[in-house]
Amino acid sequence: MIISTIVFYALAGVLILSSMMVITSKNPVHSVLFLILAFFNAAGLCVLLGAEFIAMLLVIVYVGAVAVLFLFVVMMLDINFKDLQSGFKKYMSVGGLVGGILLAELIVIYSSWSFSKSAPENIKFKTPDITELSNTEALGRILYTDNLFLFQIAGLILLVAMIGAITLTLRTRDGVMKQDVSDQVNRKREDVVKIVKVETGTGVA
Amino acid sequence: MGSIMVNTEFLMEYLPILIFIGLATGMSCFMILASYIIGRQKPDAEKLKAFECGFDPFDDTRGKFDVRFYLVAILFIIFDLEVAFLFPWAVSLGAIGLIGFWSMVVFLGVLTIGFIYEWKKGALEWE
Amino acid sequence: MTTVASGLEVSLAMSQIELDLNVVMPEILMAIFGMLLLVFGVIRGKNSLRLVSYGSAIAMVFVAYMVLNLPVEQENAFQGLFVNEWFSSFMKVLILMGSVISIFLSLNYLENNNMNRFEFPILILFSTLGMMIMLSANDLMTLYMGLELQSLPLYILAAFKRDNLKSSEAGIKYFVLGALSSGLLLYGISLIYGFTGTTSFETLSQTFASDENISIAVIVGLVFIISGLIFKISAVPFHMWTPDVYEGSPTATTAFFAIVPKIAAMGLIIRILFGAFADLIEQWQQIIVLVSILSMLVGAFAGIVQDNIKRLMAYSSIGHIGYALVGVAAGSIDGVRGVIIYLTIYMIMSAGVFAVILSMKKNDRMVENISDLSGISKSNPAMALLMTILMFSMAGIPPVAGFFGKLFIFQAAVESGLYTLAVIGVLTSVVAAFYYLRIIKVMYFDAFEDKFDKIQGKSLATIMTISGIFALCFIISPDILFSTASEAAQSLWAE
Repeated sequence: MIISTIVFYALAGVLILSSMMVITSKNPVHSVLFLILAFFNAAGLCVLLGAEFIAMLLVIVYVGAVAVLFLFVVMMLDINFKDLQSGFKKYMSVGGLVGGILLAELIVIYSSWSFSKSAPENIKFKTPDITELSNTEALGRILYTDNLFLFQIAGLILLVAMIGAITLTLRTRDGVMKQDVSDQVNRKREDVVKIVKVETGTGVA
Repeated sequence: MGSIMVNTEFLMEYLPILIFIGLATGMSCFMILASYIIGRQKPDAEKLKAFECGFDPFDDTRGKFDVRFYLVAILFIIFDLEVAFLFPWAVSLGAIGLIGFWSMVVFLGVLTIGFIYEWKKGALEWE
Repeated sequence: MTTVASGLEVSLAMSQIELDLNVVMPEILMAIFGMLLLVFGVIRGKNSLRLVSYGSAIAMVFVAYMVLNLPVEQENAFQGLFVNEWFSSFMKVLILMGSVISIFLSLNYLENNNMNRFEFPILILFSTLGMMIMLSANDLMTLYMGLELQSLPLYILAAFKRDNLKSSEAGIKYFVLGALSSGLLLYGISLIYGFTGTTSFETLSQTFASDENISIAVIVGLVFIISGLIFKISAVPFHMWTPDVYEGSPTATTAFFAIVPKIAAMGLIIRILFGAFADLIEQWQQIIVLVSILSMLVGAFAGIVQDNIKRLMAYSSIGHIGYALVGVAAGSIDGVRGVIIYLTIYMIMSAGVFAVILSMKKNDRMVENISDLSGISKSNPAMALLMTILMFSMAGIPPVAGFFGKLFIFQAAVESGLYTLAVIGVLTSVVAAFYYLRIIKVMYFDAFEDKFDKIQGKSLATIMTISGIFALCFIISPDILFSTASEAAQSLWAE
């Protein structure tokens, strides 16, 4: 038990530190790398909570794909670091205020937290004990049957995301030499070769 | 705090990973520190400058990426998410019956439509 | 948690699924149509915009017919995730109509402005599908998924003119702020779930009805949920994106933004406030009253200084949402009925106004300043006349349609004792009338400069005319809309 407490504080501490580094570090590439570190630590915290699947999802999707995309985007843009820094100072007070209010709200909520009397009966799907059924399997048993409708909407959202990415960024460039196999195969002799009888001294008009 | 933690038996399964992370962190710290301490450090302004063939560096060393990488990356993310949905399905397939099976088939079908769209649109070609 | 399925259980569930699928049949068909049209468009390649647009319009008309003719044996589907009652069916038909109109509005504009891409109507179709799901949401999870499915296409549509800096900016702005509002919404949902242990609207309302000690977390959660939704209807503290997005987006997209999504989001707000949080009315009423007053004020006063007609329409829509929220704040059946009537009239009016805006074209270039309308009563008398009717209607001057919308809203507010709200509403409509009347003044009394190009195609002129005639002739038989709206409002209280 003591080990897990130590691990919890270590992970939480690194998580907070690295997320602060994300917004304060001067180089955006470093920011993204710290973000990856933050994701890893969050994944560790999820494991401590017994939410294995979420932890692995965080590693696969966020670290493996989203962070890489961020890295691409950061490298695609021509960011002037000095401009970024000046904006940071300018909006610091307003951002700090909003953050402070949210923090205060969190503290108020947490200090006066209570559950509704009927909460225990209200829960539709109770998380089974992790020794009996793994997290992934428990999720799988309700995601594709009881929540089938939501699952299919998720599929449609992904489809729209695909359409969006392509409509907004795909451009066909002119003047690219491309091999079109079917075009080559379909090419007929009659279409491209013309036999002309040329009379002497007239040339081909 | 103890109440939200799951039982130790489950966490023990992750102990090797914890040890591994500890070792990896220790090793890398050791290597960096060792080379820092043992190696000779005599930096000066000229040494630390980006090397640009005799000139003073006048440009950022970072080159911009083509925006086409973005399209590839985002399409990858979408299919990555799709695959993430497959894990719980594969694990629980025995318990969720035909409905569960067909529900995933429909989901994959929707994304296949997207895939056809991508392919026909030429988003997968690099030119 | 389903236990390990035996053969019997699975077959039982199968028949249940079949029943559920019948309830969501319009949505399923809509998705299938969307995907078929996508594949059709991409296989046909270039120049399929027109065909795909017609296809989407036909599909949506068909789906609207399906919505009206659903078998009524079952209302709930998927264990209460989804519900169909008269209110949601009515709103669905309304938004489907709005989307069909926007598709016809957009056709010529897209073709002439180098945006001849068939994805436009398909994105509208998927967004409309998301709105339909939102309107039938009976669970916070369905609400969220529907909301995302409707917003994602909207972000793309805002940036559709991708080589234009302003359009890209509008897309980015809308996306970043939209993501933030989704975050607020999710945070609120998680707090509510944490307290009650449920996301179903029915269980939520039962819990709030039986539990006396409502934790402060619920109030904060409610505020966050309302904030997230208010962003979607661009009511005041969260309205900053509207003028920029309206101005920057391609006009065809702006027309869609003005006509459809707000109606769906208003429907959703009514659904969640009167469904899940009906017993917390004391808490949310204050917020809605405040938001409504602020929206009416900003809509009226900020609109005065606008030169760009798209920006003006943005502020006008903020104001109109403020009036519609008066009806929500009233918290009664009459209030909801007023909102439904108001939104229906507003949708038809703004379709007409945007048909006019989309035909503002001089020397082959789209123009969008109010001054460009100067003196057009001489060159385009019919258009000027229709615009006049629509502006009167927007201002709420009797006997045009817009007046009745406002009348019912204010009546409901007075009946619920919200006198201040009604008074502010009347005063701000007087202020807002200034800028609507100014457009009429510009059209009729300012020096004639340059005439508009001839309107291409019939769709713009038709929509303009229908909308103008509707606004003018509404007074002849308003009962059809009133009785339908009452039925729709009553269905929310039926349970």
